[in-house]
Amino acid sequence: MLIETGETMPLRNSDDVVRVRQAVRARAVGAGFSLVDQTKIVTAASEVARNTVDYGGGGTLRIEVLRDGRRTGVRLTFIDQGPGIADIAKAMTDGYTTGGGLGLGLSGAKRLSNEFAITSTPGSGTVVTLARWK
Amino acid sequence: MPRNEAAITALIEKHQQSLLTAWLAAQKRDGRSRDTGSDAATTDLARQFLQQLHKGGSGGRLDDISGPDWAPMRELLDDFSRARATQGFSPSETAAFVFSLKEPLFDMLRGETGTNAEQLARQIWIVTYLLDALGLYTIESYSRIREEVIGRQQQELLELSTPVVELWDGILALPLIGTLDSARTQIVMENLLERIVASGAEIAIIDITGVPTVDTLVAQHLIKTISAARLMGADCILSGIRPQIAQTIVHLGLELNVVSKATMADALGLALRRTGKAIVDRARPVESRV
Amino acid sequence: MSEIPILKIGDCLLVSIQVDMHDRLAMALQDDLTQRIVADRARGVMIDISALEIVDSFIGRMLNNIAAMSRVLDAVTVVVGMRPAVAITLVELGLALTGVRTALNVDKGLAMIRSIIDKSESADAHRDG
Repeated sequence: MLIETGETMPLRNSDDVVRVRQAVRARAVGAGFSLVDQTKIVTAASEVARNTVDYGGGGTLRIEVLRDGRRTGVRLTFIDQGPGIADIAKAMTDGYTTGGGLGLGLSGAKRLSNEFAITSTPGSGTVVTLARWK
Repeated sequence: MPRNEAAITALIEKHQQSLLTAWLAAQKRDGRSRDTGSDAATTDLARQFLQQLHKGGSGGRLDDISGPDWAPMRELLDDFSRARATQGFSPSETAAFVFSLKEPLFDMLRGETGTNAEQLARQIWIVTYLLDALGLYTIESYSRIREEVIGRQQQELLELSTPVVELWDGILALPLIGTLDSARTQIVMENLLERIVASGAEIAIIDITGVPTVDTLVAQHLIKTISAARLMGADCILSGIRPQIAQTIVHLGLELNVVSKATMADALGLALRRTGKAIVDRARPVESRV
Repeated sequence: MSEIPILKIGDCLLVSIQVDMHDRLAMALQDDLTQRIVADRARGVMIDISALEIVDSFIGRMLNNIAAMSRVLDAVTVVVGMRPAVAITLVELGLALTGVRTALNVDKGLAMIRSIIDKSESADAHRDG
């Protein structure tokens, strides 16, 4: 599998969340995703990006276009150095929220992705990786 | 060795006519070729090929056909492969067009370079390498185009087999026929949702009379589509569920959560009522009483 | 003052969301709508999302908030024009728009608001009658 191309974006505020949506959309279009697949990955990106800004104290997003044989995919890696998540399983349950949201951010993003992984250490930060394949 | 390449290119130009004749004869003899019908078209194509061979070589290189000098040749081969692919020729039959030029070219080179075995061997190698590259390019182009054609045909088949019909103002029907696989179901369902938006229909009847089996995956797609339609402001009615399918659904523990009717007629009746319509008998002429 | 225009159609307010919303804009819109419902004595609020290519849980929360708030102010909220790709994604996302009615377009949305208001008015009349 090879990484065809990539870019890194800052995630500091809600304007960056808007930029992230546009960038992920552009990459998904370039990778030949159908409209529904585009919508799913951009929505997933929006969810995690907001989390990174609202709870992670901001961070970065790396967008990569992947090619594995004949398959094309888009992978997103969100990194923040925020407070981290103590109980990941709990954070991933629907409806769980510490901030008055709908509590769907991470679990929803996972449902919209083909691959999803999250690691977090309280006090050091969180890394969320998700990917969607065409 | 540019000297040999320049020489070869010049010779191709010099002997173009006789090469053409010999090549066309070779194609006819070639066991891999098939009768292509129009001799005039083939002759014209072969002539263009030889011209492009000369042009490409004049640009400098005979060992790399990916450069801009070879672009017209590549285009020529793309068009050629497309024609052959759509006509149903095999990849070998298509590439045979290029490979059958080898013998005439070797003959020509032998005639010109004759006694210098070293140089002849070198030139034959250069020509072999070049024609192999061009033949392989033809095959790759062919593969790509064949896949496009198949993809397009699949799409058309899909659209033909799952038409969405407007039964009445505001009432759509989607009669599903045949076995549903996951990919096809997704496309069909997305299409239904698009039609709902386009027609402004508030009710869609999904009829599965023609579907022999429903598995969990397909049922989930159905459920998701119905949920999506409701989110958008429309609703669905399921019709044509046969006893076996009803059993499967219960057995799988699936909650369909949608009104279902035995037949599309029943579903249409319900849809009409929901949209505030009624079908009434016209008044019959009064019969004379005896 | 939010940059999103709020139009008055009879006793309904129509909001057409055209831009990619960020937090400040969403908060401003909710505030503006609340004020306008009261000021114009609106009975219905129609939110046109036909231009939205993405609806995430943030927008979902905003729509739910607007619906809850207008219900308290005795107004009906209808969201219209949801795109198929958005609907499919919301279903997958697991997002439920609670207390938010939906219609396919503005016309149907107005008709829906009309019929709900008429029904509740006749129910009131019946009760008080």
